[in-house]
Amino acid sequence: MGDLTRLVFKRLGLGLLTILVVSVLIFFAVELLPGDIAEAVLGQGATEETVAAMREQLGLDRPAPVRYLEWLGGAATGDFGVSLVSGERVSEAISDRFVNTLFLASYAAVIAVPISIMLGVFTALYRNTIFDRVANVMTLTTISSPEFFLGYILILFLAVRTTMFPAISSLSGDMSLLDLLERTFLPMLTLVLVVTAHMMRMTRAAIINLLASPYIEMARLKGTPPWKVIVKHALPNAWAPIINVVALNLAYLITGVVLVEVVFVYPGIGQLLVDAVAKRDFPIVQACCMIFAATFILLNLAADVGAILTNPRLRHPK
Amino acid sequence: MNDKFKNAEVLLEIKDLKIEGYSDETWVPIIKGVDLTLHRGEVLGLIGESGAGKSTIGAAAMGYARDGTRISNGSIEFDGMELTTASESERRALRGSRIAYVAQSAAASFNPSHKIIDQHTEAPVHYRIKKRMEAQEDAMELYERLRLPNPKEIGFRYPHQVSGGQLQRAMTAMAMSCRPDLIIFDEPTTALDVTTQIEVLAAIRDIVDQFNTAAIYITHDLAVVAQMADTIKVLLKGEEVEQAPTQVMLDNPQEDYTKSLWAVRSFNSPQRHRPTDGSEPLISVQHVDAAYTGGVKVLDDVSFDIYPGMTVAVVGESGSGKSTTARCITGLLPPMSGQILCKGEPLPPRYKDRTRDQLRQAQMIYQMADTALNPKVRISEIIGRPAQFYGGLHGPALKQRVDELLDLIELEPSKYYSRYPPELSGGQKQRIGIARALAAEPEFIICDEVTSALDQLVAEGILKLLDRLQNEFGLAYMFITHDLATVRSIADEVVVMQHGKVVEQGPKDEMFTPPHHPYTDLLLSSVPEMDPEWLTTVLEERGVDNIGEAAGN
Repeated sequence: MGDLTRLVFKRLGLGLLTILVVSVLIFFAVELLPGDIAEAVLGQGATEETVAAMREQLGLDRPAPVRYLEWLGGAATGDFGVSLVSGERVSEAISDRFVNTLFLASYAAVIAVPISIMLGVFTALYRNTIFDRVANVMTLTTISSPEFFLGYILILFLAVRTTMFPAISSLSGDMSLLDLLERTFLPMLTLVLVVTAHMMRMTRAAIINLLASPYIEMARLKGTPPWKVIVKHALPNAWAPIINVVALNLAYLITGVVLVEVVFVYPGIGQLLVDAVAKRDFPIVQACCMIFAATFILLNLAADVGAILTNPRLRHPK
Repeated sequence: MNDKFKNAEVLLEIKDLKIEGYSDETWVPIIKGVDLTLHRGEVLGLIGESGAGKSTIGAAAMGYARDGTRISNGSIEFDGMELTTASESERRALRGSRIAYVAQSAAASFNPSHKIIDQHTEAPVHYRIKKRMEAQEDAMELYERLRLPNPKEIGFRYPHQVSGGQLQRAMTAMAMSCRPDLIIFDEPTTALDVTTQIEVLAAIRDIVDQFNTAAIYITHDLAVVAQMADTIKVLLKGEEVEQAPTQVMLDNPQEDYTKSLWAVRSFNSPQRHRPTDGSEPLISVQHVDAAYTGGVKVLDDVSFDIYPGMTVAVVGESGSGKSTTARCITGLLPPMSGQILCKGEPLPPRYKDRTRDQLRQAQMIYQMADTALNPKVRISEIIGRPAQFYGGLHGPALKQRVDELLDLIELEPSKYYSRYPPELSGGQKQRIGIARALAAEPEFIICDEVTSALDQLVAEGILKLLDRLQNEFGLAYMFITHDLATVRSIADEVVVMQHGKVVEQGPKDEMFTPPHHPYTDLLLSSVPEMDPEWLTTVLEERGVDNIGEAAGN
């Protein structure tokens, strides 16, 4: 296992390097945007003097590389600076929102991942039957519709016509877990519908891909029933691609939920990001982007390690 | 048919079996009406070239049609049960319990994700014949009978942790796990070295005798089938050619096709000798050591010379360093020490540092023509590219050169010029590989197991072609092979390698006459012969515990 820990550390190191590169890109991409906070805040009544004074006050008049290094030093210690609009600390503004986003993502993941993998196994087992086609058509339909559209459809049928679930997912501090789960049911369902197709189809394809292997034929010629051939002989060898797609979808659940949050007025990090971009609140934009980048890198690292752990050749060296 | 089994009970009876395969949107016949009768305890050898339908018949005997095939006609009666009309679950209930299967490549047919013993106990536990622990103990006993090392422990390893020959025996043990009435052996030793093959053959024969199991033994190797079978059936393109008891079939084949199979090993190229005028060798490998990145030494002080116009066969088991030596000569793997001379001039160790003329000298022909030719590139381009690169030919001159090369390898230029590799047969692909090597106009070609993946008749055609080209152009060959019959027919000199070292080398006539180095002797005596008593004799001479891996060390 010594090799494995070394590999994990190596990948973590590479991940940190990637984050550093991403931070440079994010910082200077924001710099390239036309106009700055001073102009935006002061609006049409701005004179050259007031803009210059405001820039000086916010430290915007110093050269970009200096500000980048200051910002990076702060970010490394968890201090992303102060919101230019509200004056609130960025870390405080983000942390609650990020927890909300993580909650919604985990809620969706806990339901979507097992369902997709099971559907994938069943569609592989009953491949080219009516069941397979119906499952494929339905998941493809849900992935092909824009998520805000899906969200509105769900609101129409499950909140307006039948009033089973609340249409708006605003949260308050003293809700019980059950309330919370009910309140966030519709955004969760929307996300589940969006990510299921991808994971299910990869599971199906990875399994079917292996069905021509000699060891699958061997299992069949040993009299193993078809479901056991799939679950016991094909699935254990198909994990690597499945894990990778699951990781990408988990990352999407955290970083790609902006539209769903807007539709359901859910106080997540995506809404915060959209607001911050509109108001040119750069410290918040930068912090959100860094969090998204770190999410992608960590989840991909986890997928790589997971793929290694499911490979017996790497787990049990000669 | 075979007097020995006249009074035995019939176990399997196949009548007028027809099987079709789906290709190009139509069903084409693969098996065109084959009859087969197998008695309890009888071993039937099915032989024929690839595409003869041997494996398809083997699978059909289990009531199994591979994906893309269907049994279209005939009856398969196993112990009173008609398999063609039985339900899928009835047929499945026979598999593993009463009819078992041993596949060609054990390495690919064991599931890499599960321990060997868990795969062994799967069938007996599934059929509730034995409890798990009982089945494990039985597995260990079978491993011991099959003379696997550490029988108590080896089952708890994963397939990749066990050698090929051991896996093949473990698979035979697995087939025995429910004590079936019939085992289908589908080319079980084809992928193994001769020294390993012998131990697997001995193990299979023993266990089949001990349990009086009937077997269908599928192979393309006549000498192997002669050791294993009571009765031999010869197939050609889905049809039976003839069937007879083993001894009768060997002594007195009736049909022309069978006779041609028997005669295959007759090709012989007259042996050439080194020039005596003190001229320099074309390629000289001198004290080469090599290792792959971070690994242990794969080559240890390897030295040999290749003179112009001669064929040097490099023989040894897999892992002995034959192909690594070739990689060093071509510059793909720079040696750790030692050097390679071409006409007395040292070649730079890396191919990137070599001049075009030096690169031209080391051309390769590969074992798997399937994977060595890009399936998406036309034949004209595959052959034309080296002609363009080394010869600087363009336009009509290039086209003419490609036509010339196609003529040389006996493929009609107008017919093959703009085809793609997947449209060709295995032997034709290998010919294209030869033409590609020739296009560079080299004086030296490395042939890496070029005939190992081919049927005997096709392989013979390739050997004849190589021999003719050698005489025409004065080519020198380094011929890597593990097949000593091939060595006998075309080599001038032989280099024997083991564990990365050259253990013996010399002219062919000397190498094939005693006294030998013990390892050469082991290799030579492990090649199966047509005599059905051969295996018995060898085992008696060596003793059962001193074969295969045990003897190599």
